Amino acid sequence: MFVYTIRRLIQTIPVLIGVTLVVFLMMHLIPGDPAQIMAGERADAETVELTRDRLGLNDPLPVQYGSFVWNAVQGDLGNSIRSGRDVSAEIVPRFWVTVELAVYSTILSVFMGLIAGIISATRRNSISDMVIMVVALFGLSMPNFWLGLMLIQYIGLTVGWIPVSGWGGAAVILPVITLGTAGAAIIARMTRSSMLEVIHQDYIRTARAKGVKERYVIYKHALRNALIPVVTVVGLQFGVLLGGAVLTETVFAINGLGRFVVEGINQRDFPIVQGSVLVLALLFVLVNFIVDISYRLLNKRIELD
Amino acid sequence: MTTDLLKVRNLKQYFPIKGGILGRKVNDVKAVDDISFEVKAGETLSIVGESGCGKSTTGRAILRLDEPTSGEVEFDGKDLLALSKKDMRKMRKNLQIIFQDPYASINPRQTVRQILSEAMNIQGVVPKDKQEDRIKELMDTVGLGPHQIDRFPHEFSGGQRQRIGIARALSVDPQMIICDESVSALDVSIQAQVLNLLKKLQKELDLTYLFISHDLGVVRHISDRVLVMYLGKIVEIADKKSLFDNPKHPYTKTLLSAIPVPDPTVKKEQIILKGDVPSPIDPPSGCRFHTRCPFATDKCKNEDPELRTNDDLMASGHRAACHYIEEIESGEMQPHE
Amino acid sequence: MTTTNSIIKVDDLQTSFFTHKGEIKAVDGVHFDVPAGKTLGLVGESGSGKSITSLSIMRLIESPGKIKGGSITFNGEDLLAKSEAEMRDIRGNQISMIFQEPMTSLNPVYTIGDQIAEAYQIHQGKTKKEALQKAVDMLELVGIPSPKARVKAYPHELSGGMRQRAMIAIALACNPQLLVADEPTTALDVTIQAQILRLINRLQDELGMSMLLITHDLGVVAETCDYVAVMYAGKIVEYADVNTLFSNPKHPYTVGLLKSLPRHDIDQEELEVIKGMVPRPDELPEGCRFAPRCPFATDLCRERLPDLEDLGEGNQVRCWIHTDQWNGPEVNVKDDYRSAEST
Ligand SMILES: Nc1ncnc2c1ncn2[C@@H]1O[C@H](COP(=O)(O)OP(=O)(O)OP(=O)(O)O)[C@@H](O)[C@H]1O
Ligand SMILES: Nc1ncnc2c1ncn2[C@@H]1O[C@H](COP(=O)(O)OP(=O)(O)OP(=O)(O)O)[C@@H](O)[C@H]1O
Ligand code: SF4
Ligand SMILES: [Mg+2]
Ligand SMILES: [Mg+2]
Repeated sequence: MFVYTIRRLIQTIPVLIGVTLVVFLMMHLIPGDPAQIMAGERADAETVELTRDRLGLNDPLPVQYGSFVWNAVQGDLGNSIRSGRDVSAEIVPRFWVTVELAVYSTILSVFMGLIAGIISATRRNSISDMVIMVVALFGLSMPNFWLGLMLIQYIGLTVGWIPVSGWGGAAVILPVITLGTAGAAIIARMTRSSMLEVIHQDYIRTARAKGVKERYVIYKHALRNALIPVVTVVGLQFGVLLGGAVLTETVFAINGLGRFVVEGINQRDFPIVQGSVLVLALLFVLVNFIVDISYRLLNKRIELD
Repeated sequence: MTTDLLKVRNLKQYFPIKGGILGRKVNDVKAVDDISFEVKAGETLSIVGESGCGKSTTGRAILRLDEPTSGEVEFDGKDLLALSKKDMRKMRKNLQIIFQDPYASINPRQTVRQILSEAMNIQGVVPKDKQEDRIKELMDTVGLGPHQIDRFPHEFSGGQRQRIGIARALSVDPQMIICDESVSALDVSIQAQVLNLLKKLQKELDLTYLFISHDLGVVRHISDRVLVMYLGKIVEIADKKSLFDNPKHPYTKTLLSAIPVPDPTVKKEQIILKGDVPSPIDPPSGCRFHTRCPFATDKCKNEDPELRTNDDLMASGHRAACHYIEEIESGEMQPHE
Repeated sequence: MTTTNSIIKVDDLQTSFFTHKGEIKAVDGVHFDVPAGKTLGLVGESGSGKSITSLSIMRLIESPGKIKGGSITFNGEDLLAKSEAEMRDIRGNQISMIFQEPMTSLNPVYTIGDQIAEAYQIHQGKTKKEALQKAVDMLELVGIPSPKARVKAYPHELSGGMRQRAMIAIALACNPQLLVADEPTTALDVTIQAQILRLINRLQDELGMSMLLITHDLGVVAETCDYVAVMYAGKIVEYADVNTLFSNPKHPYTVGLLKSLPRHDIDQEELEVIKGMVPRPDELPEGCRFAPRCPFATDLCRERLPDLEDLGEGNQVRCWIHTDQWNGPEVNVKDDYRSAEST
C-alpha cells in the first residue's frame, strides 16, 4: 500500500506539470496583449513596454514558466489587473465556498444515489425500480442551470424561507440540489448496475448457502463489492461538479471560485483566471488521488500495472 | 512417416513482470524454459501437464502469436522465427490452430459461410468461384451438413461450434494443426464425436497434430507420442505405449496415478503430492519437481537433470529428466514421507 | 432404495424457469435418496439439471426459477414446507454446500478467516473471537499450512486448491449432516483434485457426514461414491449402487456414456459415441428424452415416457427395454450398444 501510494504520488508529477503548463500557456494564447490591457487602453507604447518588462513578459517562455511555477508554489499568483489586489488572497475565501458547495453536492449525490441504486437493484423490475430509473434519467438529461432556474422559480419564490441567492444557511439548499442531482442520477444508475452484477456472483450464492440473512447478504457481501466501480464514478463526478459549479454559482449569485473565473474572463483579468483555474485543477488532481487510494483500499486485488 | 515436420530447439518464452516504484522489469515468468522436441509428419504428438505448465505458451510461440524469447522453430525445413510478419502469416496456411473455446475464437456476427470464406480469402487458397463447393465439402467433412451453412455460431451447440473451428482450420488445407484443449470444454459424449472426427480426418488428409491437453484419457486415445511438461520444462517424452505403461519420471507416475479411473473394481495405489505447483516466476532450483517429489535428494535440489534414456529400461525414443530413473526402478530408492 | 435410514429423500422434484420464451423444465421429476453416512454421485452432462437439483435442495433457486412440485425430505421433514427463516437455520448448519468455482465462490473483499467464521457465528451464536479461533482450527483441519497466518489472507492470495480447501472449511464449520458438493474439483488440476477428494473422504469418515457429490466425471464417481444417480435432460434415468452401475449398466444412456469415455488406463481403438446432442430444455422430446439419440429407440419410446422402475437387481431404470411393454427386438443394452454413426 505504501509503495502504491508513493507510486501514485509520483504519477501525479507529470499531471501537475501538464496542468501548470496549460494554465500558463492560456495567458499567451488568449487574444489580446496582457501588457496593453494592464497598462490601460490608452497607454502609450512606452508605458506598455515598461509594463511588459515589469511583468517579465520579455523573458524567454521557459524562464517565464519557471518563475510562474516558482511563484505559484510560494502562494503568489500575482495581482489582479483591475483592482491590483493580491489574487491569492482573493481566491482563498472563494475557494472554500466552492469546496463547500462541491462537497455538499457530492454528499447529496452519493447519499441519494446509493440509496436509490440499492432499492432499484434489490427490487429489480418493481414499480419503485422503474420510478427511480425514470427520475434518474431526467436528472441526467437536465442541464443544471435550467434545473437551477426551475428551482428558483418554483421553490425559491414560493417557499419564503429559502433564499435564492448567496451562500450560507438555508441558501445552500437550492444550489446543492441543483449541482448534486445529475451526480445522484449517475451514481444511482451505476450502483444499480453494479449491484445487479454483484448479486449474481458466485460468492453471493455462497453467502446465502451459509445461511446469512438476506439483509446482510446485500449490505455486507454485495454492497462492498458493488461500491468498487462506484467510487471511480464519484471521483469523476467531482470533476464534473467543479465544472458545474461555474454555472450554478452564476445562477445563484454565489461568491465562489467558479463565478470568480467567469468575472475574470469577462474583465480580461488574466491573473485571476489563471490563478483560479490552477487552483481548481489542483483540487481535481487531489481528489482523483484520494479516489484512487480509496479504490485500492476497497479492492485489495488490483495491482498497479 | 519419419521426416520431422516440426522441429523445436531450445525454445524459451519469458514474460517480463513489471514492479517496484518505477515499474521496471523485476523478474520473468519462465513460462517455457528451454524445450526441444520434434513432431514427425503424419503423427500426433500430445503435450500434457497441469494448468500453467506452459502448454499453450508452447503452441503460441511456435505460431509466433507471442514472439518467443529465444530458440529455433523449424517447420517443413523453414526457420519460422526468421520469417517476416508477412511471410509468417502466409505460413499459417500450413500450420493452423484450434482453440479451446470455440465461441471465443469465431466471430459471432458471421455466418458459417462467411467464417469459412474469410479464412480462404486471407490465404487465397481457393478461387472465389470454387469456394461455394469447397465450403459445402468442408461442412460435410466435419459432419455439419451443408444446410447449416448460413447459420450463426450461436445457433450451434458447443460440439458443433468446435466442428466449425475445425472446418475453418481445414479450409486452407494445412499440413499441421495445433489443437489447444480443443475438446476440453465438451461433454464426454460430444467429445468422443469430435475426437473420432479428428482421427478420421488425420487418416484421410494426412494431417499432423500437435495436441495440447490436460486430459490423459483423451491423450491416450488420440496420440502417437506424448510429451509431459512440468513448470515450463519437458520431464518425459515417449511413445504413447511406453509412457502410459512404463512411465519413468516420478511426476508422470503421480499424474497417472492421480487420474480417477471410471471403474470401481480397480483399486490402484494413488500417489498424493504435497503442496501446490510452484510459481514459474521463481521456479525451484535443480529439478523443478524436487519440492514435491517423493524421491528428491540434495542432488535434485542442485542439479538440473537432463532428458535422457536408458536402453535397458526404456524403449527407443523414450526419455525422462530424472537423476534417479535406475535407482527408483530397482527399488533402491524408496519414496520418503 | 427404500432405505429407512436415508438422510435426504428427493421425490419427483420439479424446478422450472419461467422465461419470456416459456417454461424451461430444468429439473423434471428427480428421485433419489442419500443413505446416512454414504455418498451419492449425481452425474450427467452439462445442462442436465444437476446444479439446479442441488440448489433446489438448498432452496436457493432464484427468480425466474421456481420449485414447482415434489418433496425433499431431510431428517423426516419436508424442506419445501419450511419458511425462509427456517431454511436459513438449516443452510450452512445442517446442510452445507461447496461450489464448482473456487476462484469466484469466495468474497474477494473479506479474509477467508472472516468468511469461515461467519457461518459459525450465525449458527452457533459464538463471539467473533471464538469464531475466528474456530476458523484457524478449520483451516488446520483442511490441511492449509500455517493456518494462523492464513486466516488473515484474502482469497486472491490463495491458489485454486487452497481456495477450495477454504470453501470446504466454510462448509464444514458447523459440522453439517449433509454436504452438497457441486463439482468441487472440476476446476482443479488432477494432482490437486486427488488431494481434495482424499480430504473430503477423510473428513466424511471422521465427521460421519452424508454427501451428495455432483460431477460429470465418471472416474470421480467410481472412486468416491457409494451410489450413483444418472441424470439426463432433467430426469434421473438410472440409479444404482456404484458397482452395479459400472459393471451392469441398464440404461442405454449410461452405457453410451461409459463407452464414449476415453480412458487413460486401457487402450480403446475407436470410441463409441452417443450420436446427436443433449436436447435443449425448451425443446424436450415428447416420449423418452433419450429416444432421439438412442440406438434402440422404437415408436413406443418416441411416444411415451417410461417410468423409473426398480429392476430388483440393484438398479432403477427409466427405459422401456426393461419393461413388459417393450415391443422391439430383444436386446442386451450393454453388449449391443453401437452408435449408428461414427462422427
Ligand atoms: N502473456 C503472458 N504474460 C505473462 N505471463 C503469461 C502470459 N501468458 C502465459 N503466462 C504465464 O505462463 C505460464 C504458462 O501459461 P500457459 O497458458 O502456457 O499454461 P498452460 O499449460 O496452457 O495452462 P492451462 O492448462 O491452464 O491452459 C503461466 O504461469 C501463465 O500465467
Ligand atoms: N436462470 C436460468 N434461466 C433459465 N434457464 C436456466 C437458468 N439456470 C439454469 N437454467 C437451465 O436449466 C438447465 C439445467 O441447468 P444446470 O445448471 O442444473 O445444469 P448442470 O447439470 O449443472 O450443468 P453443468 O454440468 O454445465 O453445470 C440448463 O438447461 C439451463 O439452461
Ligand atoms: S530428479 Fe529428483 S526430484 Fe526430480 S523427479 Fe527425479 S527424483 Fe524427483
Ligand atoms: Mg492452455
Ligand atoms: Mg452445474
